[in-house]
Amino acid sequence: MTLFYVFAVVAILASLLVIGQRNPIYSVLLLIASFGALSGLYVLLDAPFAAVIQIIVYAGAIMVLFLFVVMLLNAPHEDTEYDERVHPLFRPGPMRFGAALAVALLAELVWAVNKGGGEAGQFAGGSVASVGAIGRSLFTEYAFPFEVTSILILVAMVGAVVLARHEKGA
Amino acid sequence: MTPLLIAQIVLTLFVFIMLLNSAAAMVYVERKVAALLQQRLGPYLVGPKGLLQPIADVIKLMFKEELRPRAADAFLFALAPIISATCAFAAFAVVPFGADTTLFGWLPGSMHLQVAEVNVAVLVVFAIASMSVYGIVLAGWSSNSKYSLLGGLRASAQMISYELSYGLALASVLLIGNSLSLRELVNAQAGTWFGVIPRWFLFLQPVGFAIYLISGIAETNRAPFDFPEAEQELVAGYHTEYSSMSFAMFFLAEYINMVTVSAVATNLFLGGWHGPFLPESLGWIWFLLKVSAILFFYVWMRWTLPRYRYDQLMAFGWKVLLPVAVVNLLVTAAGVLYFGS
Repeated sequence: MTLFYVFAVVAILASLLVIGQRNPIYSVLLLIASFGALSGLYVLLDAPFAAVIQIIVYAGAIMVLFLFVVMLLNAPHEDTEYDERVHPLFRPGPMRFGAALAVALLAELVWAVNKGGGEAGQFAGGSVASVGAIGRSLFTEYAFPFEVTSILILVAMVGAVVLARHEKGA
Repeated sequence: MTPLLIAQIVLTLFVFIMLLNSAAAMVYVERKVAALLQQRLGPYLVGPKGLLQPIADVIKLMFKEELRPRAADAFLFALAPIISATCAFAAFAVVPFGADTTLFGWLPGSMHLQVAEVNVAVLVVFAIASMSVYGIVLAGWSSNSKYSLLGGLRASAQMISYELSYGLALASVLLIGNSLSLRELVNAQAGTWFGVIPRWFLFLQPVGFAIYLISGIAETNRAPFDFPEAEQELVAGYHTEYSSMSFAMFFLAEYINMVTVSAVATNLFLGGWHGPFLPESLGWIWFLLKVSAILFFYVWMRWTLPRYRYDQLMAFGWKVLLPVAVVNLLVTAAGVLYFGS
């Protein structure tokens, strides 16, 4: 239980610091730390496979690309152009949208925490048999969400290619 | 403290020290083999046959001044070599290097010759390898120097590109061995076919082995794929601004990563510690021999092949290696389905 609290505190602190940072590189690194703590929680749940996949896919692959983009654009330190004294909900433009989104997320979270509870889901363990079980349920029970997600990613890829393509003569 | 626990702690320390030693030995081997291939003598002054050269190198590095560019990001600049070295050591923790042993009857029970037996060991090695890129990328960024930054960017692009083929080569072996534990995969390769050919996965997965070795070179940033440090273009790439012990930690990490890649290749494709003539308890001798052979191959490649161009590297990774790896995986899966594993 001690370990659970250690990982949970690291995950929450790191996540909070991600949005508290002015330097995007540190934000990326703190997000990786948060993923690492999540992976530790998966290990405590007896799901080493999920833990390792979390590291490989999120911390190892996706965040490297994030870091790559941040470094390539050499994103400068964020400087606030808003009046700090005005509440985010009353600021103009994207800040207001973001704050509204945060409020909506908080409401959903409260709702989900209230609704859930008591259901003990069983994670698959680390042996090949359970990896097989994960694969089987992914392609039978969850085939529809799985395929929809892949179409979503495909759309994003096509969009990126369209945006990045140089028009001939342009 | 049970004797087994003490033995396990001693073994862990032993592995740590042997990894340090292996890096020192690889420095010597690299210089000697380079000299051999270029018809020179190589180091020969320090100690008999130059054998003490690595120690001289370490002392030289320790007494150098630790430099840090004024514009560098101090925290990340210090953190980057630590990430590299930590990942290098951590990856070896799940690699088994011998059969179960009782240390010639000293121990009450048998123990694994391995720091930690994890049932998803293959994925753990892969995960730690994918984390080690951060050391290089952060070194490149935090130095605040254009050569370092270019080296870091190249490293991240290169490692992402070759990780795919690397992972697919691993997956084909996992399909045949039907396990994610390195120890179980090695034990699946015990014995022989027709009494002559050892049951190594190399003979079932020759293409997978080739893909693994090539992407292994790219993952460890070795020539002919050493773009992150290409000295003719980038001075020294991501570690341009590093000196003294923090440079030594990158150096250490590179050689330990090579050892780990070779050890995993031995376990996955060359039957690990299984071999003829020697009893099971001395299997680690076979393991050492096989790892040394692969390491020699790596050094040999470095001093034989010139560096590719960067676009060639990307084109090769995405247009040749990845399709071949995918087809290899499909064929393997079909074979396992048809013949049973």
